[in-house]
Amino acid sequence: MNHLFQYTIRLADNASILGHRLGELCGHGPILEQDIAMTNVALDLVGQARSFYQYAAEVEGANHTEDDLAYLRDNQDFRNLLLLEQPNGHFGDTIARQFLYDAYSFAFYQGLRKSKDATLAAIAEKAIKEVTYHLRWSSEWVVRLGDGTAESHAKIQAGLNSLWRYTGEMFEMDETDNQMLAQGIGVDLVLVKTAWLAKVNEVFAEATLTLPSDKTWMQKGSKKGIHTEHLGYILAEMQHLQRTYPGCEW
Amino acid sequence: MTQEKIHSILTSVTDPEVPVLTILDLGIVREIKQENAAIEISITPTYSGCPAMGTIADDICKAFRAEGIENISVKMVLSPAWTTDWLSEEGKKKLSAYGIAPPLDHDADKAALWKGAKLIPCPQCQSTNTKMISMFGSTACKSLHQCNECYETFDYFKCLK
Repeated sequence: MNHLFQYTIRLADNASILGHRLGELCGHGPILEQDIAMTNVALDLVGQARSFYQYAAEVEGANHTEDDLAYLRDNQDFRNLLLLEQPNGHFGDTIARQFLYDAYSFAFYQGLRKSKDATLAAIAEKAIKEVTYHLRWSSEWVVRLGDGTAESHAKIQAGLNSLWRYTGEMFEMDETDNQMLAQGIGVDLVLVKTAWLAKVNEVFAEATLTLPSDKTWMQKGSKKGIHTEHLGYILAEMQHLQRTYPGCEW
Repeated sequence: MTQEKIHSILTSVTDPEVPVLTILDLGIVREIKQENAAIEISITPTYSGCPAMGTIADDICKAFRAEGIENISVKMVLSPAWTTDWLSEEGKKKLSAYGIAPPLDHDADKAALWKGAKLIPCPQCQSTNTKMISMFGSTACKSLHQCNECYETFDYFKCLK
């Protein structure tokens, strides 16, 4: 197995799938400013995804382009975190998903910017500036909703509780993670978890939210391509044009 | 071709989304390589997903071809990552005159995280009695603000370090 390709494609799929999810909200945001915010974040994520897909294509060495990797792979080939394919739900659900991921990717890219792989380090260095801003936005919304009205508090707490089951796999090290870490290319997910949990605790405290139980059963599978039912629907829409008109450009 | 000539051609290429800024003002031109008749210009994106990058690369090629240089190529580089520190002083003045508040320095920006909002002077009346309306604006590089004195809404070119 080409571990560097696996490692890179996971990062590409993460940014791509969440970028697509946020893109679905274009024209559907609760208010204009937040509609613009979510599509701006989507734009950054799609940009990061392009950088990772371009590099994955180069590392794979199979004459694929970034578009082939995004639009012509199937459900079981995708390696994005299960958290990121979950539906947008209401605004509180969208914010809960965004905050859990922003806090994760902020900690992850802090590690990846020190990677011995110059390309991954460069993409991480670029991405972390954008993620810092996303994290500030989603953190402020978690506080606003959590420490807002009884209804907003109940809704975001319920959203966080229901998404919590997908946070376990974010820190699971498999063969690819271990190989990449040993080569000084990858990130130690134990360290990422410590930083992530500290940020989550800090923001939850300010937001008067309760950390979901550490006995929550954790759903896993994305690193093996086993997804929730939602990914197929995303791909059906995202890949429709390229599947119907292969090679279509504009 | 002289460095002066290359610079003068690059000065004719502007940011399609903020047309008062040349790409040199913006600080996205990272390297100019000249080998025999071939010229290679390296540029870096302001934001990963900046949709203007393709247009800018095309515009650079067009500008050189208009001067009879056919052997021109544009390379994208990611590292070191762009920062608003690379925006020229001249560029900041142009932004302000255009109605976009230029990025403030580092210290002012750090205070904004979780603490009081930074004081961004209104580009119309210069008052610092302004408020943020939205962290995100019409393009990835801007946020939206309003002046409490003259009530004008304005864009702020976000500080990126």
